[in-house]
Amino acid sequence: MEDIILENVSKDFGSFTAVDGVSLTIKSGELFSFLGPSGCGKTTLLRMIAGFETPTSGTIRLGNQEITDLPPYKREVNTIFQNYSLFPHMTLFDNVAFGLRIKKIPKAEIKDRVREMMTLVKMEDQAHKFPDQISGGQKQRIAIARALINKPRVLLLDEPLAALDLKLRQHMLIELMNIHDAVGITFIYVTHDQGEAMGISDRLAVMNLGKIVQEGPPDDIYERPASIFAAYFIGETNFITGQVKALYEDYLELSCDDGTGQSFEIDSSFQRPPVVGSRVTFSLRPEKIAISRNKPRAQDDINMLKGQIEDILYLGSHTQYIVRVGKLKFRVFSQHKRVYFDDKALDWEEKVWLFWHDTDTWMIEGDALEELTEAQLSEGGQLSRALKRRGS
Amino acid sequence: MKVFSRNWYKGLNLTAFSLVMAFLYIPILILIIFSFNDSRIIAGWQGFTFKYYILLFQNTAIKEAFRNTMMIAMLSTLISTTLGILTALALENKRFSGRKGLLALIYTPLVIPDILMGVSLALLFNFTRVNTGMITVLIAHVTFCISYTVIVVQSRLEGFDHSLVEAAQDLGARPSYIFWKIKFPLMMPGIIAAALLAFTLSIDDFIITFFTSGRGFDTLPIYVEGTIRRGTITTINSLSTLMIAFTLFLVVITKRIRKILVSAL
Repeated sequence: MEDIILENVSKDFGSFTAVDGVSLTIKSGELFSFLGPSGCGKTTLLRMIAGFETPTSGTIRLGNQEITDLPPYKREVNTIFQNYSLFPHMTLFDNVAFGLRIKKIPKAEIKDRVREMMTLVKMEDQAHKFPDQISGGQKQRIAIARALINKPRVLLLDEPLAALDLKLRQHMLIELMNIHDAVGITFIYVTHDQGEAMGISDRLAVMNLGKIVQEGPPDDIYERPASIFAAYFIGETNFITGQVKALYEDYLELSCDDGTGQSFEIDSSFQRPPVVGSRVTFSLRPEKIAISRNKPRAQDDINMLKGQIEDILYLGSHTQYIVRVGKLKFRVFSQHKRVYFDDKALDWEEKVWLFWHDTDTWMIEGDALEELTEAQLSEGGQLSRALKRRGS
Repeated sequence: MKVFSRNWYKGLNLTAFSLVMAFLYIPILILIIFSFNDSRIIAGWQGFTFKYYILLFQNTAIKEAFRNTMMIAMLSTLISTTLGILTALALENKRFSGRKGLLALIYTPLVIPDILMGVSLALLFNFTRVNTGMITVLIAHVTFCISYTVIVVQSRLEGFDHSLVEAAQDLGARPSYIFWKIKFPLMMPGIIAAALLAFTLSIDDFIITFFTSGRGFDTLPIYVEGTIRRGTITTINSLSTLMIAFTLFLVVITKRIRKILVSAL
């Protein structure tokens, strides 16, 4: 069953288009995330579902009911605000009871249901306190209780963890998932933090410049990004551009320029066969690449490249190597598992071999320069240098 | 060296504190002491007496002036605070195109000298042939209180977190419910401050009242001035002492009123 159906929804603020023709279906009981950089339109989209903004065009449906122009107080939707927005002049009990009092529910029932909710969010012994007497994480819990007590069909969460510190954020994320499992309603989660979105979501939509770039389960988006932007925004990646040299039944041969006039060849799998001779872009995740000073045994389905270590960043759980191949730079993540026989640590300027399975090079259609804004290009420095040099 | 400078600062603090306290409270202290002085004229200490407090309560003219003052103060507080709330709410609306101009016009009377306002009101009442008396005094008091009430309430509204309104809407509250349950209680400290300010300004006013009261309608300040002009000061001392006590009482209960009102809503 579908809970939220967006059809061609757009929102203009003056001459600025915040949301641009979004169509989307969110299933009942799903934990769905909108993920994107600030200004991508994700919060505007959420506010239109909540009823705080009216779409310039398009329709929004909640189940069978069209709610496009319905005021917020008539929607079976509740929101967790980024700054919690608890009522400062009311006790936590009164905050949580707010929605029920409007519905004129008998006092005894209100008392029971508030207690039940406070227990769900583990705040049952603090009902008499005021919002300014509790911590950020606790405010978060009260905001959740205050929303869920109304038994909404859909709970909207607008960057709910943004104001918490890292440890608490990780903790609350798991808590949110548990609450979602306990109440079983649809959650729509808005965030710019890809870690949160990946960890919590059943499905997510990556947004950029008011449009949905890709939607799907987190692993699908991570492993098989449909666009340069999706690959760039979710996780980290290396972009490789090259010319299709030969196309076989289940793999293709690619010729890549390393920037010095030399070229190297790699193999890759593909979903849709490109035209031989065309220029294509590949995404290669840094953790898929193995690094070693010893040349690995040649195998059909392994790509190998020789390079030189330019930088080593020790990051605790793993080390990031920047490896130069010609003028290109590859990022490589190497986990600190001590089962390798390469026991002497790699050093700066050392010549190394990079190798990875050819199915890990993921072909992306589209032109990077058109899909990413200038700022995004300069963030992914390597990408812009590589692409601009090639003039693609 | 360190010890020296610390002592130096300590001395400075003490001097400043003593000077300020002396300036503020010596005249009041003298007033209180002399309200118990057994003498008809301003003179040295003649002995302790409660006589003038008793005389005070027997004086019908003072009682009348007190009643007038309280009535004017309460009515002008009520009217000017209500108007202040409404104006501040109107000024909050960003789509109200005359908002900046109106705000400037509201601020201006704060810097206009009282005497100018008194004369202009007297001229107005004369021109419109309104009989001076209670009504004209009330109008005058509302006039000079309203700038203060608007500004106090408006400054409270300025810090209002609009997301609370959205949160209430989201939880199913209609606009009128949101106003009475969220917005109004959160405005309450500002409203109380505005009302207290209006009340004290009204009780206190002499100049504007002088120009707009005419004969036969005396407020306490007007009565006090008239009595002193006639040369008797003793009941005035005791009256002033009682007024000081009343003011202190107001200051003390203000905090309590605020708490009670906020929790009642």
